[in-house]
Amino acid sequence: MSDVRGTVRRQVRIHRTPDEVWEFIADPSRLPEWWPGIIEASVDGTMRVVTTGAGIPMPEEILTNDPLQHRFQYRITAGLVREHLSTLDVLDLGDGTSLVVYAADADPATMALIIAGAAGNALEHLRDLMEGAA
Amino acid sequence: MGRKILFVTTDQQRYDTLGCNGGTLARTPVIDDLAAHGIRYERAVPQSVVCMPSRSTILTGQHPTTHGVWMNGVPLPVDAPSVADVLHRAGYRTALVGKAHFEPYFDPFMRFTENSLSATGTTPPNGTHRGFEHLEFATHGVMGSLHYARWIQEHHPDAMGGFYAVIDRDMQVSGEGGGDTGAPQVKTNPIPREWYHTDWVADRTIAWLESLDASDDWFCWMSFPDPHHPWDPPASELGRVDWHDVPLPAGYPETASEREAILDGKPRHWRLWYDGQLVSNYEAPATWVPATLTADQVREVNARNAVECELIDEALGRVLACIAARGWSDDVDVVFTTDHGELQGDFGLLFKGPYHVDALMRLPLVWRPAPSAAVAPAVVHEPVGLIDLAPTFCAIAGLDAAPWMQSTALPRHDGERADHQVLTEWDSELFGVDVHLRTITRDGWVCTAYLRGTVHDGDEGELYDLADDPLQRVNRWDDPSCRARRDDLVAALWDAQPEPHPTRLQLQAPV
Repeated sequence: MSDVRGTVRRQVRIHRTPDEVWEFIADPSRLPEWWPGIIEASVDGTMRVVTTGAGIPMPEEILTNDPLQHRFQYRITAGLVREHLSTLDVLDLGDGTSLVVYAADADPATMALIIAGAAGNALEHLRDLMEGAA
Repeated sequence: MGRKILFVTTDQQRYDTLGCNGGTLARTPVIDDLAAHGIRYERAVPQSVVCMPSRSTILTGQHPTTHGVWMNGVPLPVDAPSVADVLHRAGYRTALVGKAHFEPYFDPFMRFTENSLSATGTTPPNGTHRGFEHLEFATHGVMGSLHYARWIQEHHPDAMGGFYAVIDRDMQVSGEGGGDTGAPQVKTNPIPREWYHTDWVADRTIAWLESLDASDDWFCWMSFPDPHHPWDPPASELGRVDWHDVPLPAGYPETASEREAILDGKPRHWRLWYDGQLVSNYEAPATWVPATLTADQVREVNARNAVECELIDEALGRVLACIAARGWSDDVDVVFTTDHGELQGDFGLLFKGPYHVDALMRLPLVWRPAPSAAVAPAVVHEPVGLIDLAPTFCAIAGLDAAPWMQSTALPRHDGERADHQVLTEWDSELFGVDVHLRTITRDGWVCTAYLRGTVHDGDEGELYDLADDPLQRVNRWDDPSCRARRDDLVAALWDAQPEPHPTRLQLQAPV
C-alpha cells in the first residue's frame, strides 16, 4: 500500500450558485475563512503559504485558477510530500445549487487522506457559511 | 454524597493477560483483588475491535452504527451523547486522564480539541468537553501535542528518542523490528519508569483526585495507552519477564502449514493479510508480512506486553492507595476493562483488524462495586458488551439510563437480565479496500456475516462454537450440521441491527 499514490475525494452540495461559491474559492487568500485549522494564508503571485493551527507553514504552488471551468488546483511544495495535487471543482447542478468537489492525490498515500479528510470538514464549513448556518 | 466512579481502561489488552482470568505471564494482584471482591465477566465483548468506534461506544452507550464512528479516523461529533455529560449535569466532578481518542491524532491543522487543549491547559474553553471538566491526554509515544508528549518535550527531551517511532517516512505505521528478535513495533526504551506514560497517567489521576473536596462525587476515566503497540516499556522493567521463558500461546499454530490450513478455512482476507497481499487496517504496519512472524518474536512481544500489564496493575494500585488515603474506599466503584483485544500471535498474526475472534473480542472486564453497596462477588458467564458501561455508570450514580443509550446496566450475576446477545461490527474503507462485518455473540457461539466489499462477495461468514472450539480454528459457517444454528444466529443478527446515524460521518484522517 505504501508504494502507491493515494487518492481521496470529498464533496458537498451547496444551495448557492456556482458563481457565488466560486467567488469564495477563487480568492486564494480567503482560505482561512472557510478551512478550519488554517489560520493564515499569504499569496504572492502563484505562491501561497498557509499556516496551520499547529503553527506549521505550508508552502503551496497554485497551478490552476480557472474562472470558466470553476477549477482551482494547487500542490504542496514542502517536504511533507513527494508528490501532491489537490483539485477543487465547483459544478453547476442546474437548479441554482452547486456541487463542490475536492480531490487530493498524494505520495505518500496517507497524505491524501490527511489533506482531503480535512478538506471534507472544510467543505461542510463552507456550506454552512454560505447557507447561513455558521 | 453518592458513589464515586473510577473507570480504568487500557488499550488493546487481551482477556488472558490478567491473573484472575487465568493468565500466567503478568502478575496483576491489584486487578485480581478487585475481581475477587467484585464481579468478573467471562465474556465481555466490544462493539468494535478498533479504538475510536469502541471508545465512542463506551462514552455514548450506543453501537457504532448509531453514534456514527464507523472506523478509526472518523471523529465522534462534539455534540454526541456522553455519559460523562449526564454525570456532570447530575453534579459529578468529571475527568478523563490518558488516552481519549474520540478524535483523530493526525491533525496538522489542529482542528480537534484533544490535540489543541494542551497548549492552553487542562480545562476546555467551554467548561467541559464531552462532559469532562478536566482533561489530560496521552497516547503511545511522545510525538504530537497531547499533554504527555508536551510534558516529555519540555521536561525530558532527551528521553524522546527512546520511544519507538510509530510512523515511518511514508507516513505508514512502521513495521521496523527491534528487541532481541526483530519483532515489529518492539524497541528497547531507556526511559526511566517514572517518566513512562503509564506512571504519568496514574500521577495525573492522583493529582486530580487530590484536588477534589472530600465531599465531591466524581467520575474519573483513567485511560492507559498500554499495552497497545508499540511494545517499548522502560528497559529497567524488562527483567520481569524473560522472553526466552515465555511459552507460545495456545492460539499460535507452530507450523506454517498448520497456520495456513486454519486461515484458509476463513474468509479470504485472513490469508491475504497473512501473506502480505492485503492490509485493511491502517494500524497494522503496511510493510510487515505476518507470515514472517517467528515463534521467538511472538514470545518477545508477549513478554513485553506482560511487562506493560504489570506496570498498569501497579499504577492502578497507587491510585487506589490515594483513594484510600482520601477516605473514599467504601464509596468508590472501580470498573476495569479495555477497548478491544490484540491478536498477539494467535493464528500467526499480530495487532488487529477485521477479525472477529476471541483475541480481539474477549476482553477483561471487572466491576468492583463500592463496598458500601454490598453487592455479592460473582462471575458472570453470559455475554455482555462495552455498550453496557454507560448505563452502568448511570445506575451507580442513582440515575436512570439516558434514553439514547442502547443497552442496560451490566448484570451483577448470571440471569439478572434476559438479553444475552451482543453485537460487534466492522467497517473500513482505505485506499480502495473496503471490508464490512456484522457479528453476534450468543448461546456460546460467535457468528459473523460479511457484507459485499472489494474483498468479499457478501455471502461469506464465520461460525464458531466457543465451547468446542475455544481457539476458533474451525469455521462452521458451511458445515451442514450447523446450518440451523447459523440461520438462527444470522436472523437474530439482522433483526437486532441498531438505528443508523442520521448522516454518514466522513473519514477525516488515517487514525
